[in-house]
Amino acid sequence: FYNCNFETERPLIRNILEVSTMFSAGRHSCVRSLALLKRLKSTLVIVEHNNEKLAPVTLNTVTAATKIGGEISCLVLGSQCSKVAVEVSKIKGVSKVLVADNEAFIGFLPEVVTPFLEATQKQLKFTHILASATAIGKNILPRLAAKLDVSPISEIIGVQDDSTFVRTIYAGNAIQTLKSNEPVKIVTVRGTAFEAAELGGNAATENLTSEVVKSQLSEYVGQELSKSDRPELTSAKAVVAGGRGMKSGENFKILYELADKLNAAVGASRAAVDAGFVPNDMQVGQTGKIVAPDLYIAIGISGAIQHLAGMKDSKVIVAINKDPEAPIFQVADYGLVEDLFKAVPQITQLITKK
Amino acid sequence: MSGLRILVGCKRVIDYAVKIRVKPDKTGVVTDGVKHSMNPFDEIAVEEAVRMKEKKIVSEIVAVSCGPTQCQEVLRTALAMGADRAIHVEVDAATYENLQPLHVAKIIAKIAQEEKVDIVVTGKQAIDDDANQTGQMVAALLNWPQATFASKIEKTDGELKVEREIDGGLETIKVKLPAVFTSDLRLNEPRYATLPNIMKAKKKPLVKKTPTDFGVDVTARQTILKVEEPAVRQAGSKLASAEELVTKLREAGLIPS
Repeated sequence: FYNCNFETERPLIRNILEVSTMFSAGRHSCVRSLALLKRLKSTLVIVEHNNEKLAPVTLNTVTAATKIGGEISCLVLGSQCSKVAVEVSKIKGVSKVLVADNEAFIGFLPEVVTPFLEATQKQLKFTHILASATAIGKNILPRLAAKLDVSPISEIIGVQDDSTFVRTIYAGNAIQTLKSNEPVKIVTVRGTAFEAAELGGNAATENLTSEVVKSQLSEYVGQELSKSDRPELTSAKAVVAGGRGMKSGENFKILYELADKLNAAVGASRAAVDAGFVPNDMQVGQTGKIVAPDLYIAIGISGAIQHLAGMKDSKVIVAINKDPEAPIFQVADYGLVEDLFKAVPQITQLITKK
Repeated sequence: MSGLRILVGCKRVIDYAVKIRVKPDKTGVVTDGVKHSMNPFDEIAVEEAVRMKEKKIVSEIVAVSCGPTQCQEVLRTALAMGADRAIHVEVDAATYENLQPLHVAKIIAKIAQEEKVDIVVTGKQAIDDDANQTGQMVAALLNWPQATFASKIEKTDGELKVEREIDGGLETIKVKLPAVFTSDLRLNEPRYATLPNIMKAKKKPLVKKTPTDFGVDVTARQTILKVEEPAVRQAGSKLASAEELVTKLREAGLIPS
């Protein structure tokens, strides 16, 4: 049996031996056990939340996990996060909810979370570990991967099979398909590329017992979150975004008025953020948020490669710009060459009027 | 008593303003004869290191780049911006195609140990592979704390207070030294290298190494099966008026009717 030179999969092979008597030593059974191994996929999805509520992007990540196949466990780690665990148990496709409730997880410091994940992985031996490609997922998964000595895969937009994934490179100007040769696939998932998983599941909850060690290396001080009643940028059905053409932060008021009529989130280009019109977390683009709403209205945005990277998968793109040569018109379904200060209030009014 | 030593990772990438082309055989993107420059986030990282030196927080800046010979141009830029010396870890073109953040992180971690640096800084992501992994992996390998997506850094007693850009706003953390941080766009405005500094940079030390010198195995962990053009959007139409636009959107059911 040990003729199969799969060092890393040996523990799994042992598991099979324990549960099944159908294998005897020899090459034949080795082949069969490998076929069985292929079916023994188990995915861990690291749940994103703020201890109160589940982040919607986790639902998209669960869908990506479903495409990989195999049993899906979701890990909720946080502080007083039982409400979140209940929400997660209702996601369709999830077999098990693992919960680790500890004050040390406040702030999701990678120096605390990573050793815990490492210990959990040593114990439960998942074949896939997934997280959403958010600030938290991007911060933690590469650290975990290095600890496990595997090469992670960032921000996938497609799953071909359990080891073949699709992702974008060069600000979305090329699509790369790659096959991971690693025993454990550590992957972050671009939420907008997958549908949200439905609710209606009923997964069992289990507390994890891995040791939690408080970090001596880092300390969480606090957060300053931008407050907004509008929908969240990455999950909104409609997004209204302003660029340098807005000229000032006050002028964004006309975008907020339009956004409220459309129940839209408000985004911005890097130029608008750099000019100090709006805060950074509103930036749409290669290095900001990636959005793919049904309707994206780009206002006073020229359409640089880096901005397009963040929105060109939107279903319908509208561009309002007074420069007819602006590159944004090359991707816009509907373009309006007009002064935005005239056009935007007019559109808001037309929508109100019906 | 000398200050701290800082190691800066610099990647040579296709210039951000270039519209890239995918090779017809779908093996990658066309890089020959295409303008390259330092990854924009790495420029910000170098700038931050130089500012730390100007504030007398650090005493020496070492720049490192992994890749083909041309990476030395990027290192010279870092030297012209104010880095003191550079290490080029040469990787031949074929190996470089499959060089992954994990490999680079292992090399950087080894250099950090050998050079006894106190801080490692990289850009938050390279604009070619868009991976956003290297800094985190260096921190993991060294078992140092990490402060990713930094938009503001202050040095206090034995630690760094870092403001980070997160999804809903900003977050503040403190990390003990030694530490790794990765730069976000908002961290600073990188300076231009002046001509006299470019001339001086030519005389600064640049040593050449290979991954083997650091005992790092650069065998590919992933196989790139293909690289394709993204789907091209259908060209749309320009409309004459705001009325027409609202009508079209209403017909498509995109605005409340």
